[in-house]
Amino acid sequence: MQRRAFVQKALSASALTALASILPASVFAAWSETAFEAKDVDSAIKAILGSNDISDSADIDIKAPEIAENGAVVPVQVTANLEKVESITVIADKNPSPLIGSFEFDENLEPYVSTRIKMGKTGNVVAIVKADGKLYRAVKQVKVTVGGCGG
Amino acid sequence: MNRREFLRMMGMAGAAGMLPTSVFASRKAPSDLYEVPAFGNVRLLHITDTHAQLNPVYFREPNVNLGIGGALGKAPHVVGEHFLKHFNIPAGGIESHAFSYLNFDKAAQTYGKVGGFAHMATLIKQLRGQAGEGKSLLMDGGDTWQGSGTAYKTRGKDMVGACNLLGVDVMTGHWEFTYKDKEVLDNIKDFKGDFVGQNVKVKEEAAFDGAPVFDEDTGHAFKPYTMKDLGGARVAVIGQCFPYTPIANPQRFIPDWEFGIKDEEMQAMVDQIRASEKPDLVVVLSHNGMDVDLKMASVVSGIDVIFGGHTHDGMPAPTMVKNAGGKTLVTNAGSNGKFVGVMDLDVRDGKLRDFRYRLLPVFSNMLPADAEMSAYIDDVRKPHMDWLSEELSVADQVLYRRGNFNGTFDQVICDALRSVHDAQVSLSPGFRWGTTVLPGQQITMENVLDQTCITYPETYRREMSGAEIKLILEDVADNLFNADPYYQQGGDMVRVGGLDYVCDPMGSMNTRVTEMRLDNGELIDPEKKYVVAGWATVGSKSPEAPIWDVVADYLRDQKDGVKINRLNTPKLKNVEGNPGLENYAV
Repeated sequence: MQRRAFVQKALSASALTALASILPASVFAAWSETAFEAKDVDSAIKAILGSNDISDSADIDIKAPEIAENGAVVPVQVTANLEKVESITVIADKNPSPLIGSFEFDENLEPYVSTRIKMGKTGNVVAIVKADGKLYRAVKQVKVTVGGCGG
Repeated sequence: MNRREFLRMMGMAGAAGMLPTSVFASRKAPSDLYEVPAFGNVRLLHITDTHAQLNPVYFREPNVNLGIGGALGKAPHVVGEHFLKHFNIPAGGIESHAFSYLNFDKAAQTYGKVGGFAHMATLIKQLRGQAGEGKSLLMDGGDTWQGSGTAYKTRGKDMVGACNLLGVDVMTGHWEFTYKDKEVLDNIKDFKGDFVGQNVKVKEEAAFDGAPVFDEDTGHAFKPYTMKDLGGARVAVIGQCFPYTPIANPQRFIPDWEFGIKDEEMQAMVDQIRASEKPDLVVVLSHNGMDVDLKMASVVSGIDVIFGGHTHDGMPAPTMVKNAGGKTLVTNAGSNGKFVGVMDLDVRDGKLRDFRYRLLPVFSNMLPADAEMSAYIDDVRKPHMDWLSEELSVADQVLYRRGNFNGTFDQVICDALRSVHDAQVSLSPGFRWGTTVLPGQQITMENVLDQTCITYPETYRREMSGAEIKLILEDVADNLFNADPYYQQGGDMVRVGGLDYVCDPMGSMNTRVTEMRLDNGELIDPEKKYVVAGWATVGSKSPEAPIWDVVADYLRDQKDGVKINRLNTPKLKNVEGNPGLENYAV
């Protein structure tokens, strides 16, 4: 990979999480605290997207390893092949705080997110895409193994 | 090849004297066994998973190789009688011995050892000679630089030299990556062929910090594919390294490289090669393991043949897989130097028209040793002979590893760990390599190293809760029995000592292992702590002596013969009638 592309990717990936940690908590507290602190998937989605009315979609592509090489940095890419994408929300359902981040898109942006997430144990990576006011979902299982006995 | 075709060939083989009636006859070289009739215009030769076995060995095929879900009863998940039936192999002959565990002890004494690079060299020279100048290619599917004492001592260099002498043109890897990254790169530099792998990338951060990379734009750590001109046909060989190397083996030796199945990138690569290189044939040299290859062949289109390894399945015939673009053949060529795969292809006008395939067993008594290779092998072994040749004990039964659960040699290792480290329970990895010792044979240090020689051999003794032990067993069981091949790592179940359990291979994650008990019948309590000994820790280096010294100490104490009092294989559930299981007390 070219260095420029790497920098671009790194920036886009860390946008929300980085902002969230740099800015004073009070700036985001108003809208994201409940969502990020939610302990279960449904409340996290409800808090950040305002609804749990979601339909499964084959037009969302999640690229993630079947088995993670390192649970601390699992590469995840989400591409939404849908019209009028407003946001992509990434969730790790078995994490103590399942919400990883929510990325908002201007109409002119390609609805694509590349990030690295931390997963404590085997679970599903869930991508929720808000498009034209509706919520769509795709799921991919990522195993986090104790490792060791392949041969 | 279809079944009828295969049957015809086996019939021919039978008629041609491959089925000797006496020991004497078997020792006469029936040259017909190795005369493959000329066909087509391209000959592709394939060896894989030799695990550094430079000299001939015994190798017993499994009696347990369970197929789960869609793999039930299909190749490679058939054993013994079921295997013979599946591939139409006559019972009791030399092929039956080569491909199955049946009557192993007696047949091994009749037909002798298998493999050995000097014998393989003779066969390969002969096969390349038959094909004619420039019309054949020798591919090595990897797991070549690890598995013996000399490979360990020379950091794989003895095998690089042997492969150069053998004339390997293309290779890919897995255990190759268990040396340090700098050593891997140095070995690749010394290797005279092409080392290929489309699914290994330099991590972005490492590339940013200036780590060596084959292609800065794509991030490929190694050449992803190579083009070969064979008798006028343009052949593309794409490499596929073992996708789960940094999970199944230590990441600390190769921190800059990331792996994965990367089937979408495989598809993109096939498409790109088909568009830009105008190949007549596209093959993949794979270390995915057969189940993963079968799935990849169904997902990716445009590959003519996948030459597979890793799972050590000696498949006499390829499996034909349908996909969106047509059909892909999938082979697997066994292990430990026991076989050479020979595919003759009729390739014309950018298309594969027809083919013939044989998986030739390398019987060392029937193939004279190549003098140059013999001299090379003697030379690399010479400085280590004192270490290798020590006689530790005597085998009182066939000592082997291969199979989904504890083999007898695993039990010896597990017993040694418990005894030397004074532990209640022992754990030993379910590798598929490791050679076989016949009853009455001396167990030498070399035999022990064949079973244990890795670059992270240190042992441990520590307390684990019952829940932790169960977590390990469940985790490995899911790597083996997950119904989706992409979640399988291609090893066998972790071997256990001092522990019995019930296993339901058809179950889902965390539900397969029940009724864990110590040898005295006491149920394992999830809350209680147990002293556990083991080796081959992937995460970090363990503190105690290397496993081969632990096993050697144990064997030296039983100089006159090692006894196995109890084989800790699990009781199985839901496997009635599974053709991947024979001769197993359920």
